[in-house]
Amino acid sequence: MLNVQNVSAGYGKFQALFDVSLDVGAGEAVAVIGPNGAGKSTLMRVISGMIPAMAGQIEMEHKSILDAPAHKIVGMGIAHVPENRRLFPRMTVEDNLRMGCFMPQFRERFEERRSFVYDLFPRMKERRDQIAGTMSGGEQQMCAIGRALMSDPKILLMDEPSAGLAPVVVHQVFDLIEKIRSEGLTVLIVEQNVRQVLRVVDRAYILESGKLHSEGTSDELLQSKEIQKSFMGV
Amino acid sequence: MMAEFMDGLFSIFFVETLINALLLGGVFALLSLGLNLIFGVIDVVWICYAEIIMLGMYAIFFLHAEGGMPIILAACCGIGVTALIGWLTHRFVIGYLLQAEPINQLLATGGLLFFFQGAAMVVFGIEFRNVGVSLGSLSVTEDIYLSWTRLLSFVLATLTVVVLYLFLSRSYLGAAIRAISQDREIMILMGVDTKKLYLLTSAIGGGLAGLAAALLVLQYDVHPFIGLSFGPITFMICVMGGLGNMVGGFLAAFVFSLLITVGGYFAELEWGYVMAFTFFIAAMFARPKGLFARNS
Repeated sequence: MLNVQNVSAGYGKFQALFDVSLDVGAGEAVAVIGPNGAGKSTLMRVISGMIPAMAGQIEMEHKSILDAPAHKIVGMGIAHVPENRRLFPRMTVEDNLRMGCFMPQFRERFEERRSFVYDLFPRMKERRDQIAGTMSGGEQQMCAIGRALMSDPKILLMDEPSAGLAPVVVHQVFDLIEKIRSEGLTVLIVEQNVRQVLRVVDRAYILESGKLHSEGTSDELLQSKEIQKSFMGV
Repeated sequence: MMAEFMDGLFSIFFVETLINALLLGGVFALLSLGLNLIFGVIDVVWICYAEIIMLGMYAIFFLHAEGGMPIILAACCGIGVTALIGWLTHRFVIGYLLQAEPINQLLATGGLLFFFQGAAMVVFGIEFRNVGVSLGSLSVTEDIYLSWTRLLSFVLATLTVVVLYLFLSRSYLGAAIRAISQDREIMILMGVDTKKLYLLTSAIGGGLAGLAAALLVLQYDVHPFIGLSFGPITFMICVMGGLGNMVGGFLAAFVFSLLITVGGYFAELEWGYVMAFTFFIAAMFARPKGLFARNS
């Protein structure tokens, strides 16, 4: 579904990604793992158009997304839950969801998508009129995922959904991810929490210093001595 | 002395003064609305805002007094002209300075102030021009007269605030305008073209200047420096309400008008202004983020 071919990207003169390729098939859940500063977030930002690619090609269902204006990418079925959630802090939960439905082609399905999100996260229905910035970290994460789901995406990009959350809440976030998977959504997820994320995804890519280091199925990686040593502190 | 003061307080003229304060507050509120919207969304203060109102007044003057257009139609065209000026200001000046230091943004819009003023002086000359439309006044009792223009300004300003509020709180575009001021970078992820949204906001802000111009042109003569007579007060109202806080600005407009009018009632009008500005300075020490800023 999503094909990333030999992509390089960075910020100004600083290059953070070198020649990275990966693909995600329909219905799959794939993780990108790696140490801090490996370029994981940069990869997510290039795919959703927040920063331009310096080289390479990215295709969504065989259509190049690099040719499209950045703000049209969400219209191609790619929704991005950004790092640190990035809700609109002074708007209500419901207004945040509304923003996820901003593109004209999504608007007529607003009510339908909203009830989908409320069914998935009943807590959000209770908090619909609350100002987003006043909720707990876990609730904000639900709202951020809900906002991304409003556009009925084909693939959901999640950037460190468990970062900055209390251990109990981290658990809940991974439960959420499993819930989303069971809805049949394709997921590409960046995580530091390697052990937990490998339990909910099918495959993973390992990124190191902006380059693709290796890849494998979750089972292979969970068994691998090298991975255990570098990322799981075993 | 005290008895005199008490007499003053209960006199029929004092009632008239209070009503006038309310009406003047409506005009002030309208003046500050567009400036506040632009600052709230784009985070740039348009020092030249009052000069855009001045250009709007000229547009209406020429279309009506010289071109023979009915005043209502001329006012609508004036709003169109200032909306276009707002759009152009963002397209050719502010758009390039979004990442610049705030001081450079201020210098640029300050430069525009002198540019608009100078251009108006060269093109229109320095004479005072009157649009020649008077709506007269409404006599409430034998002693109390209220200017129709002020009544109209008050009604229009209140209506505009309500319409703008509904637009911002109910529509997708309005939600996007609120959202962009909270997190510009991720608007792309929502499918929002931020450049277009900024241009739209600038055009709406400009259009509001045109609406203010339509009401001011009925009360004052137009000349290239008219912006100076209400520019400062517009800024002070915005700052006192908390820059970007539209409800705060609306309330601050009435605080100011009350101080000026009541001060003018007990002394001379100039003293009213002195009182208002003194209050402003004191308020800035006590509540630097604006009278109605939330303490968070």
